[in-house]
Amino acid sequence: MNKTMHKEILLAGFGGQGILFGGKVLSYFGLIDGKEVSWLPSYGPEMRGGTANCSVCISDKPIGSPLILTPSELIVMNSPSFDKFINAVQPGGNVFIDSTLIEQRCERDDINCYYIPATMLANQNNLVGLANIIMMGKFIKETKIAQPETVKKAIEMCVPPSRSHLIEANLKAIEIGMNYKED
Amino acid sequence: MERNLMKGNEALAEAAIRAGCKCFFGYPITPQTEISAYMAKRMPKIGGVFLQAESEIGAINMVLGAASTGTRVMTSSSSPGISLKAEGISYIAGSDLPCVIINVQRGGPGLGGIQPSQADYWQATKALGHGDFHVIVFAPSTVQEMVDLVTKAFDLADIYRMPTMILADGLLGQMMEPVTFPDQQSINEYDKSWAADGHKNKRKHNIINSLILSPEDLEKSVQERFERYDKIAKEEAMAQCYLTDDADIVLVAYGATARVTQSAVDLAREKGIKAGLVRPQTLWPFPADHIRTASENASSLLCVEMSMGQMIDDVKLAINCSKPVHFYGRTGGVIPTPTEILTEIENISGGAKE
Repeated sequence: MNKTMHKEILLAGFGGQGILFGGKVLSYFGLIDGKEVSWLPSYGPEMRGGTANCSVCISDKPIGSPLILTPSELIVMNSPSFDKFINAVQPGGNVFIDSTLIEQRCERDDINCYYIPATMLANQNNLVGLANIIMMGKFIKETKIAQPETVKKAIEMCVPPSRSHLIEANLKAIEIGMNYKED
Repeated sequence: MERNLMKGNEALAEAAIRAGCKCFFGYPITPQTEISAYMAKRMPKIGGVFLQAESEIGAINMVLGAASTGTRVMTSSSSPGISLKAEGISYIAGSDLPCVIINVQRGGPGLGGIQPSQADYWQATKALGHGDFHVIVFAPSTVQEMVDLVTKAFDLADIYRMPTMILADGLLGQMMEPVTFPDQQSINEYDKSWAADGHKNKRKHNIINSLILSPEDLEKSVQERFERYDKIAKEEAMAQCYLTDDADIVLVAYGATARVTQSAVDLAREKGIKAGLVRPQTLWPFPADHIRTASENASSLLCVEMSMGQMIDDVKLAINCSKPVHFYGRTGGVIPTPTEILTEIENISGGAKE
């Protein structure tokens, strides 16, 4: 944990899946833990219905370019984004794949891939729309990027006051992601 | 001080309110719309005015009106919208009125695109409208600096009675970073005895005007303004130097591009190349002295911009073309990468040097 931390995280999927929100939650981990943080959304016409993606840097050092082209971690929630970004992941990087929506398997052997049927898990647990947060749970588990109290605080800070009744559901989604074990 | 995670556009708007901005007139355009949205939400709560004008031209003339009363006023837009404001900005400069103008640049020319760009450098620093005039141009490169420079922009506008501009870009406007605001911010007050804010028959009329039909009088008023510009050029230029002391190649970049360039400088250092960076924080006045001093022992310079090369002219002038000034740029909304810039550094310096 004392090593210099520098993560370049790319989240990608469809507009409406909560890609930008997921990135915001990650950024708050860094904010709460006193790290340098940047969050950059795609804001082009693709926001209006097509693919959405979001670059998040969390680092011990000041952040240069907030735009991530070669992520150390990729969280991907649709097929087109998988095809677009899988080969850009840095060797040794981690990839988190929503296997409900992505049928492809990664053919690279120099990166760690985690397959989580997040959309299915969300539907089964009455958490429709929170597949992104289930993905986040698995991400936290594997990268150990944040302690449980940081995660709870981040969720509370990110969910707007008018939706505070959703905090519990978000925390449950995190837990499902953290506890999910691949077959 | 508490760290907040905010978008550049929102942080800038909040900073303007804390700096005493009481009126905001604007018209929405990507990628700066969050500024308007934030002002729409907050201004009514602090007793200020938010007004979405019928057009950019309407908005800038409302700024002229509000500035005439001595009120702190701001407008914001992105590249095509700034072109529409050009006439009004010239009138404001000609009337010696303070105001703050925000340009969150996007790709051009024409409607162009909506991705980040720095192709309005010439417009901002050389000709933001017709006639002999300047505006002070600030170039933040972090969300925190968007906040810090807005306060400075309002202060210098009041001190020199002229428009000032924050020249940002879509990347800085859209990205979120941690930002802190001072717990208690005192708002500096400046002499506003020139303001047309009601004389109640107790003093002479103040007249706000940019029409002077006598050539001699107009010349005199422009010359007086240029005396102020000389003072500004001497006192207000700002830049930050990074690893320039022993640099053999000095890079020059501003705004979002400076962040990417700084990463490239770090990569070059790891490879044993003595690279450094000068980051102008004001573009007018241009920090020519900083660049001259920082590159005294360098053998060449490399200017990096999100344009086809605009600031490079000022870099060459700063050193009287005494050394080669190379250029690397991407335009149209493409953001350069640290690796691309590193390749350029390697090509110029001929690889690693001890």
